[in-house]
Amino acid sequence: MNKSPDPSTFEVQQQALTLARGNLLESADLGDPQLDRALGALMRPGVDWGDLYFSEYSGESWVLEDGIVKTASHDRGRGMSARAISGEKSGFAYSDDLDPSTLLRAAKTAGAIARGGGRGRIELRREGASRRLYAAGDPGDGYSDTSKVELLHALDREARAADSRVRQVIASLSIARNLVLVCSSDGRLAADDRPLVRLGVTVLLEQNGEVRHGVAGWGGRLPLADLVAADSAGEYAREAVRQAVVNLDAQPAPAGEEIVVLGPGWPGVLLHEAVGHGLEGDFNRKGVSAFAGRIGEAVATDQCTVVDDGSMPGRRGSLEIDDEGTPTGRTVLIENGVLAGYMQDRLNAGLMGVRPTGNGRRESYAHLPMPRMTNTFMMPGPHDPEEIVRSVKKGVYAKNFGGGQVDITSGKFVFSASEAYRIEDGRLGAPLRDATLIGDGPTVLTRVAMVGSDLALDPGVGVCGKDGQTVPVGVGMPTIRVDGITVGGTA
Amino acid sequence: MSPNELSERVADALSYARKRGASQAEASASNNTGLTLRVRMREVETLESHQDHSLGVTVYRGQRRGSASTSDLSSGAVRETVDKALSLARFAAEDEYAGLADADRMATEFPDLDLHYPWDLEAEQAMDLALECEAAALDADPRISNSEGAGVDTGESAFAYGNSHGFLQSGRSSSHSLSCVVLGEQDGQMERDYDFSVARAPEELTPVKEVGESAAERTIRRLGARKIRSTRAPVLFAPRVARSLVGHFCAAVSGRALYNRASFLLDSLDKPVFADRVNLNERPHIPRGLASRAYDGEGVATADRDLVCGGILKGYFLGSYSARKLGMETTGNAGGAHNLFLESTGQSYEELLAEMGEGLVVTEMMGQGANTVTGDYSRGAAGYWVRDGAVEHAVHEITVAGNLKEMFRNIAAIGSDVDRRGGIYTGSILIEDLSIAGA
Repeated sequence: MNKSPDPSTFEVQQQALTLARGNLLESADLGDPQLDRALGALMRPGVDWGDLYFSEYSGESWVLEDGIVKTASHDRGRGMSARAISGEKSGFAYSDDLDPSTLLRAAKTAGAIARGGGRGRIELRREGASRRLYAAGDPGDGYSDTSKVELLHALDREARAADSRVRQVIASLSIARNLVLVCSSDGRLAADDRPLVRLGVTVLLEQNGEVRHGVAGWGGRLPLADLVAADSAGEYAREAVRQAVVNLDAQPAPAGEEIVVLGPGWPGVLLHEAVGHGLEGDFNRKGVSAFAGRIGEAVATDQCTVVDDGSMPGRRGSLEIDDEGTPTGRTVLIENGVLAGYMQDRLNAGLMGVRPTGNGRRESYAHLPMPRMTNTFMMPGPHDPEEIVRSVKKGVYAKNFGGGQVDITSGKFVFSASEAYRIEDGRLGAPLRDATLIGDGPTVLTRVAMVGSDLALDPGVGVCGKDGQTVPVGVGMPTIRVDGITVGGTA
Repeated sequence: MSPNELSERVADALSYARKRGASQAEASASNNTGLTLRVRMREVETLESHQDHSLGVTVYRGQRRGSASTSDLSSGAVRETVDKALSLARFAAEDEYAGLADADRMATEFPDLDLHYPWDLEAEQAMDLALECEAAALDADPRISNSEGAGVDTGESAFAYGNSHGFLQSGRSSSHSLSCVVLGEQDGQMERDYDFSVARAPEELTPVKEVGESAAERTIRRLGARKIRSTRAPVLFAPRVARSLVGHFCAAVSGRALYNRASFLLDSLDKPVFADRVNLNERPHIPRGLASRAYDGEGVATADRDLVCGGILKGYFLGSYSARKLGMETTGNAGGAHNLFLESTGQSYEELLAEMGEGLVVTEMMGQGANTVTGDYSRGAAGYWVRDGAVEHAVHEITVAGNLKEMFRNIAAIGSDVDRRGGIYTGSILIEDLSIAGA
């Protein structure tokens, strides 16, 4: 599925590589001879392949509460790890010390996973993604610390101006940059310079002693200056206030199976939980996913096409290369209702005899890579979103969600609605209190009766946890109608 | 790095901060090493060696606060980190409540909490343990069809904390664990479950064979699970999920939620928040306790406290900042709670099933689904349906819902089947009349 390298952007990739070599290798007295020695130690007899991974993280965060910026903090970390693969086995060692002897020790430790075999000398070649997906450099550049403080104050002001019942505003800003370099035993040497920015606002609103909250946030892999230019702080502050106001009047949600219309954008978390995790290569190689061995089978109605795309410019879930150096791309997971493919890292792709899809991700140098989602969404369908709501006599319209979770073996998944309404006779009715929705991943998409034309991606604030590792991701969906999913209310 | 080396780094950061103009400062550092080995389907899957360290510093310029952290503990990097924190502090606002905890609250006694039991575990030995654990599960029943593996984890930490009141302490701790996850299959339906053991000392871990057999037994018990019709019924939360209810209580009476008025337990001190049979205590100095601490994240002495007596709320979880905001005193909980004990009302698990008669036992929960602001509660669940005091069949794809405020008042019993694998010690919790959504 991956695009082939485009020579015209080779130069840009070289910039990331030059920067990564300087910051991560040369500063630690690591040159080609040291890398070669480490790869030699790693590729002990019996090791099929392996890689060295280096990364440098720097980030800052700012928090406003009670109308003042209370804390500003800065975090910096760097380190490296060595991984050796022998069949299905992985040996792994990491350290946050960067120097030739620590690297060599880590490589030896990781390489000790296997015994028997041999290796020749490895020629390093520079490789990279086919295109630039985000601007190079520090994402905070061009935004002074004073302007960051002012930005948080603007969120506070806008939220308080939107409704006199607002009692508290918590606004936050985080700006991070992660420079990674992968050097693998097949000679691949690739780097990625990843910006990540995020703004968030939480408001608490009080009326007659009843408190409700509303949350909004936005972000992506782009300079802060672009993020703020593209979206006004006021729009998000008012959105958080709007949600809190809606929640003041919320009625108990129903308990039981309902026809549910999911709005566009963030409700795509349904896909992430219901099918996304179950289509990660590791679970399918091991046969522990409810989707294992089902490629070519119908798992959804024919209106449903679901993709994972790590190559979308500026998106929170995007990467130019994954954490194994494979360029990201678009992987079709479900095509017109038929299960089409899994998301793969190198290890699982190799063992399953397919190509890596650029989904090998890790939280940091201290973690082993595994198949992970990037930006996962459903392609638009033929229906007008209003027509979809009108088509429902009695049901629930869910507009916003908090998090979700899945048991990939039984296929059962949950996601929690934070803003939902009753649908009565094709019209939106009373708002509903928070309720968790629960369904069955392998069958829920077979109940999708209508897919809207209004595909939207989430605003860029998602994170995904798997096996103790957290990575930024994106989701998206058009409006869809699901004929039967359990709503976990009390009424 | 040893505790002494970490102390030196902390002391250096503090003296440098003062020299560069900080009116107050605090710093903490830690060094972690460990080994993780996982096996799957009777073969080694991963062998991981861990080693990391970090140092974090918070400085005050008068009432302005800045923080920074680094994974590079060289003297130059530590000083750069302090400078970064000081420069960020210029941009924070004057906050009248900001500052270290008061000097007279610093811990002065440091009981030996018996937290350090290094395990000189070789990879070969770890492999034998993990293989035996998984084999016990795979061989337990022909319906056990697959595995996500068994693992052995061992870790050691050295840590140091100091502040400009002259407080400087360091120490060591260890934590070791075993875990096993297996799948079962019956009539085309797959289910999985797990078990684990965690302890400060390796000899306190549950024998590997028991962990494996228990994982298999739990998985087998989930086979044949089905959805049930929506209903209202009593719900018994098994110990491994019951502790999350105590966790929701902690979130609602934590300082930040309270001063932001973002809690369903606002202004509840000295009022009944639980059924009158409920007592909750904090015991920070339990030897080998998984959440034992002699001092909190600000150096404040920790002490035994009664949080809930006869259902009445007697205390919050406060650090010095939230305490000042609320016009109260810190409770020594900067960084969280230290070993919470929910007292049993005496019944065994079997007696609780009998008491419940007909209802739901929840053994696994999914999703977040607890709103600390309103108390609204709605989470995915799996477990067993009980009739006449005995398990009838496994249940899945349902939710349990209510409001935590009412749920706490409707606690009918707390079992003697206490789960000791964490900082919250509780038996099963029986709650009358919850809403269950299913088919």
